[in-house]
Amino acid sequence: MLDKQGIAKRIAKEIKDGYYVNLGIGIPTLVANYIPETMDVVLQSENGLLGMGPFPFEGEEDPDLINAGKQTITMLPGSATFDSAMSFGMIRARKVNLTILGAMEVSENGDIANWKIPGKMVKGMGGAMDLVASAENIIVAMQHVNKAGESKLLSNCTLPLTGVHCVKKIVTELGVFDVLPEGGFKLLERAPGVTVDEIIKATAGKLIVEGEVPEILI
Amino acid sequence: MNKVVSGADEAIRDIEDGMTLMLGGFGLCGLPENCIAALVKKGVKQLTCISNNAGVDDFGIGLMLKQRQVKKMISSYVGENAEFERQLLSGELEVDLIPQGTLATRCMAAGYGMPAIFTPAGVGTEVAIGKEVRSFNGKDYLMEMAFDADFAIVKAWKGDTMGNLIYKSTARNFNPVMAMAGKITIAEVEELVEPGELDPDHIHTPGIYVHRIFKGVNYEKRVEQRTVRKKE
Repeated sequence: MLDKQGIAKRIAKEIKDGYYVNLGIGIPTLVANYIPETMDVVLQSENGLLGMGPFPFEGEEDPDLINAGKQTITMLPGSATFDSAMSFGMIRARKVNLTILGAMEVSENGDIANWKIPGKMVKGMGGAMDLVASAENIIVAMQHVNKAGESKLLSNCTLPLTGVHCVKKIVTELGVFDVLPEGGFKLLERAPGVTVDEIIKATAGKLIVEGEVPEILI
Repeated sequence: MNKVVSGADEAIRDIEDGMTLMLGGFGLCGLPENCIAALVKKGVKQLTCISNNAGVDDFGIGLMLKQRQVKKMISSYVGENAEFERQLLSGELEVDLIPQGTLATRCMAAGYGMPAIFTPAGVGTEVAIGKEVRSFNGKDYLMEMAFDADFAIVKAWKGDTMGNLIYKSTARNFNPVMAMAGKITIAEVEELVEPGELDPDHIHTPGIYVHRIFKGVNYEKRVEQRTVRKKE
């Protein structure tokens, strides 16, 4: 089984040289730690920055420089800052190559829910609806089951949707899945020590398993 | 073309109960702290506030919520604020949650003199309810209307007496698009200089959009998530 770092490490392998990438809050943020230094990748933060760098050294925090998770950060050489309208302009215009975000539920046709639990949680969608509606490539990083032990990979989402037919790939602690255009989660890789049976049991939506499923290499 | 006022109290003098205000900032970054303090002091009520976030319990718009000055919030993300959540769940506060890019672009549209925009954000979700859907090149878009705000209140890093503004780092965020969108725009700045001292090529908001400007004082610039790394 993968821990959060493991999920982040596996997702980092999806990033290609030359990509502009938007990382969501939570596990996606950790992905930045595993992008190979040899790769030219620029991180976009939707509050208005391209070229996000690591956290500042203690004592060097700048309250005017934060990421979309409101964390203090730094800017790398070659960074650019801009306003919120332009930030979502470049997202809508598909200049950002890859979006990685968390989810509460994903359906077998690629719908995603991650912004609201009616009557319980009302934090809002932030930039997630804009990102999923426009991004060419969306990878979801999440736990396979929720705290109540229920699968988060479903036939249909039960929570209010963030976007429809948009998720392309999912990485959980149990495995890596493609969301097929015709519907269904195709099991691509399984986490170390996890059996296909365990994945079948933890998946409520349509799961497609073909032949030998290799173990994730990270 | 001197737009200078003495301070926040004078800048917000004619903001009245029931008005619609835009407030710049993302999280606690780039907030018009002086004007928020003046609004709290003035005690105007029944306000509709357009702002990406609602502050935290004791900072930013959270201070206005605590005093029940806000009738309605239009925001994209309102986590981190317990009082907000309480007022929302009890029905005391109206909230319109909208996608962040839609929020920014509805401000932009107002500043560019366009009545509406089309965006794919929210198609197929509850955000789309009651909205016109148009298809362009095989993809669906929602029609979203430009905002109509009585006042826009923004924070910039530097400004001149003519109202030209320059922002710093990610404290820019919603400030420039809101500055363009208010019927009356108030700018508070950390540094107020004479015309000619700012390089025209570096201006983010041209002064034509700004009606009142003043040098703010005592900026706290609170950090929501202080994240650091150790020197190796």
